[in-house]
Amino acid sequence: MQIKESSKVYDVIVVGSGAGGGMACNQLANAGLKVALVEAGPFFDPADPVTMTQMKWPWDSPRRGASSTRDFGDYDMSWGDWEIDGEPYTTKGDTEFKWWRSRMLGGRTNHWGRISLRFGPTDFQHKTVDGLGDNWPITYDEVKPYYDKLDKMVGVFGSKEGRYNDPDGYFLPAPKPRLHELYYIKAARKLGIPVIPSRLSMLTKRINNERGVCFYCGQCSRSCRVYADFSAGSVLVFPAQKNGQVDLYNNAHVRKVTTDAEGKATGVSYINKEDRKEYALKGKVVVLAASACGSARILLNSKSEQHPNGLGNSSNVVGKYLHDSTGSSRAGFIPALMDRKMYNEDGVGGMHVYTPWWGDGSKLPFQRGYHIEVWGGAGMPAYGFAWNPTDFNKYIGGAVGGYGDKLRGDVKRFFGSVIGFGGRGECIAREDNYCELDPTVVDQWGIPVLRFNYTFSDQERQQAKHMQHTFENLIEAMDGVVLGDTPTAEQNYGLNKPGEIIHEVGTTRMGNDPSTSVTDKYQALHDAKNVYVTDGGPFVSQADKNCTWTIMALSMRASEHIVGELKKMNI
Amino acid sequence: MDRRESLKALLVGTVAGATLTGAAACKEGETGNTAEVIADAQGLYGRLPEEIERDKRVMASEFLNEHELETIAVLCDIILPATPSAKSANDAKVPEFIEFIVKDIPSHQLPMRGGIAWLDVESNQRYNKEFKSCSDEEQIAIIEDIAYPDPDGKKPDMSHGIRFFELIRGLTLTGYYTTRMGFDDLGYKGNYANEWDGVPPEVLAEHDVDYDEEWLSKCVDQSKREVIAEWDDEMNLIT
Repeated sequence: MQIKESSKVYDVIVVGSGAGGGMACNQLANAGLKVALVEAGPFFDPADPVTMTQMKWPWDSPRRGASSTRDFGDYDMSWGDWEIDGEPYTTKGDTEFKWWRSRMLGGRTNHWGRISLRFGPTDFQHKTVDGLGDNWPITYDEVKPYYDKLDKMVGVFGSKEGRYNDPDGYFLPAPKPRLHELYYIKAARKLGIPVIPSRLSMLTKRINNERGVCFYCGQCSRSCRVYADFSAGSVLVFPAQKNGQVDLYNNAHVRKVTTDAEGKATGVSYINKEDRKEYALKGKVVVLAASACGSARILLNSKSEQHPNGLGNSSNVVGKYLHDSTGSSRAGFIPALMDRKMYNEDGVGGMHVYTPWWGDGSKLPFQRGYHIEVWGGAGMPAYGFAWNPTDFNKYIGGAVGGYGDKLRGDVKRFFGSVIGFGGRGECIAREDNYCELDPTVVDQWGIPVLRFNYTFSDQERQQAKHMQHTFENLIEAMDGVVLGDTPTAEQNYGLNKPGEIIHEVGTTRMGNDPSTSVTDKYQALHDAKNVYVTDGGPFVSQADKNCTWTIMALSMRASEHIVGELKKMNI
Repeated sequence: MDRRESLKALLVGTVAGATLTGAAACKEGETGNTAEVIADAQGLYGRLPEEIERDKRVMASEFLNEHELETIAVLCDIILPATPSAKSANDAKVPEFIEFIVKDIPSHQLPMRGGIAWLDVESNQRYNKEFKSCSDEEQIAIIEDIAYPDPDGKKPDMSHGIRFFELIRGLTLTGYYTTRMGFDDLGYKGNYANEWDGVPPEVLAEHDVDYDEEWLSKCVDQSKREVIAEWDDEMNLIT
C-alpha cells in the first residue's frame, strides 16, 4: 500500500483535539502558526441539533436513556466509551484496567465533569514532603501564570478560600447550594471537615460575547449548546479556526510519528477511517495530545532506526508510571429529605459544593489525600428510576414491597432523599504500573494495541478505607442511613478499577534527567526536541485533583515554548 | 440577542433548527444524508448513524409473544392502576416500553419469559387457568403472595415469583416515571432553562438548614449574569 503524502509542510501538527490538543491548537494558531489538527473521530459541535442530546426528555429515547449503546447512557455526549468496536486493548495477569476513549472533536471534554482544580505548591513537590514518588521539575509558581490566563480565557466558578495547597484563581461566582448540599455543609462542619463552593468550568456569568451563560439544566455531560460549559471544540478549536490557520483532519487515526535520519520528527502518518488508506502529513513540530495512553501508544509504535525502542523511549520510560485517580463511593438515605416539595433544582451539571483534602499524612496510615464529590437531589428521572421505590420503608417502619396506589406514594416520598459521595484521590505513581504494546494484538487498522499492567498498593487501599469511614460518618451526621455494606479489605475498600475515574496520566512523564523521564520540563521529548506531549502523559504525579485544568495550563505553557523555539530556529 | 430572547431561542422546536444546520453540514460533507438521518432519528434525540441502525434493528426484531405481552399489560395495571389524578401504566404505554427494553437489554429476556411462565404454572395449579384469564380476585390472590419480600423464607414456593415481580414492578415503574404522565404524577419540575437562585424560602423554612451570609457572598448575583466578568489583580471579581 502506498502512503499518500501531502506536499504541504505545517508549522505544527497537533494530534488529538481534547483538552491538551485543543489548547495547543488554539494557542499556536493564534500565534500565527499554520496548524494541522488531527482527530481520530468525527466532527462534533455541541450546538448541532442533529447530534444534540441536551434538554431531551427521557421519553425521547426508546430506552429512556439506558446505557445499552453508550455506557453512561443514551444522552451522554461521548462517542466511544470503555469499548470501541475494532479498537481493543488488553490487560496482563489480574489487571482490570479500563480505558475510556471519546472519538470526536473535543474528545472527552464534551462530557466531563468540568471539575477544574489547580494543583497546589505541595502537589508539584510532594516527594519532598513524604519521600514517595518523584517531584516535578517545575513548581507551582512556574505554572501559576498559565492557570491565571486559563481561568480568564475559559471561565471557572469557585471562591477565594486562601487554602495553601488548593490555590485560588480568577473565579466566576458560585451557584448557591441545593437542599441536599446544605445538609452536607452542615454535616461536614459538624465533623470538622472543610466544605467550600465547587470549582467547575461553567459560565455562571458572561466572560465574552462568543459564549452563552449557564441556564441551569444540569446537563453538562451532554455538552452545552450555548457553549456555557468548557468543551475543547467550542471553546478552543472553533475560535482557533476563525483566522484560517487550522486545517482540521477528522476520522484520522495517527499510527506513528515519522522521523528523519537525525531522529527528528518530520510529521505523522495516519489512517483515514473513511477509505482505510494511510496518509502522511509533514510538520516542523509534532504535538501529541491523544490522551496519556494514546500518545504513549503512538510513541511506542513510532519505531525507526534512530529510535529502535519507540520514539522518545531511550529511557524505556514511555508507558510507565501510569496512574489514575483513586475512587471509592458510598450513598445514604436521609429521612429528613423525604416528602420533598418539588421545584427545579437541576442547577449546574455537577456538585455546587465539595470538600478539598483536609488530612495530614504524618498522622494517617497513608500519604496523599482525596477530595469529596457530592451528589443527590431530585434530578431528572431516566431508566432505572423508581426501580425499587418501597425499599427505604424498612428504615422508617413502613411496608416494603406491594403494588397499586401505594407505589405512587412511595416514589414521591423518597424522590430526592438519597445523597452520595465519591472520593477522588491520588494514586502514587509507580514504575511498575504501565501500558505497553501487546506483542500479538492489533486493532482493525493494523496498529498494535496497548496492554495494561496495574496494581494498587496499600497506600491506595488505606486511603479508600478512610474514604468509606468518612462517608459513613457524614451520613450519620445527617441522621441518615448508610446504604449497602462497608466494603472489605478483600474488596479493596470499594476502590474503583484503575482507569475508571478517567484521569489516567503519567505515561510520558517530564523530568530533567533523560534516563528517567520522557519529556523535558517544557514537554518536549528528550530524544526528539521537535515532538511535544501536551496531554496528561507528562504528569509526574496526579495530586488529589482532577487533571484537566493542569493539562490545559501546561499545554498553554508548552505552546508558548514551541512558538519561542520556532522563532529562535531551535527546532 | 438579549437574555430573554436567547432563552426563547433555546426552546424553539429543534426540528426546524436541525433542518437548517443539517443542510449546512451536508454541504461540508460532515453528516452525509442529513435529511435521512433526521427522518430515521424518530424524535431526533442525538443518535449517530450506527445507533440509529441498531435502534431500527432492535425495533424490527421480536422477542415477547402476544400472550406474554397481554400478561404484561394485565400486570402493569395491577402495579400502577389509574387514580383520580393520574393515568395508568397502560395509558402511559408501559407494555410497549417493556416490549422494547427486553430486546434492548437481553439480560431481561430469560427472567421475563420464565417469570411469566412461572406465573401461568402457578395460576394453572390454583385455578386451572392462565394468569391473564383469571378473575381480578384470583389474580390479586397470586400477586399478594409475590409482591412482598420474604426475608425469613416463610414462602419458599413463592421465591421465584417474588423475584419475577421485582423485575416487572421495576420495569413498570421506571417505564411509567420516564413518561410525561409519570413526570406529571411525580411533580418533576426541571429540564427547563432557568436562573437557579437557591432553595425557595418556603422549602428552607421546612428544613433545619439555611444559607449563611458568608457563603452567599461567594454566590451568583443573577442580575449581573450578563455583565462580562472582570477582576482586580487580587483575583476579586469586580463586575
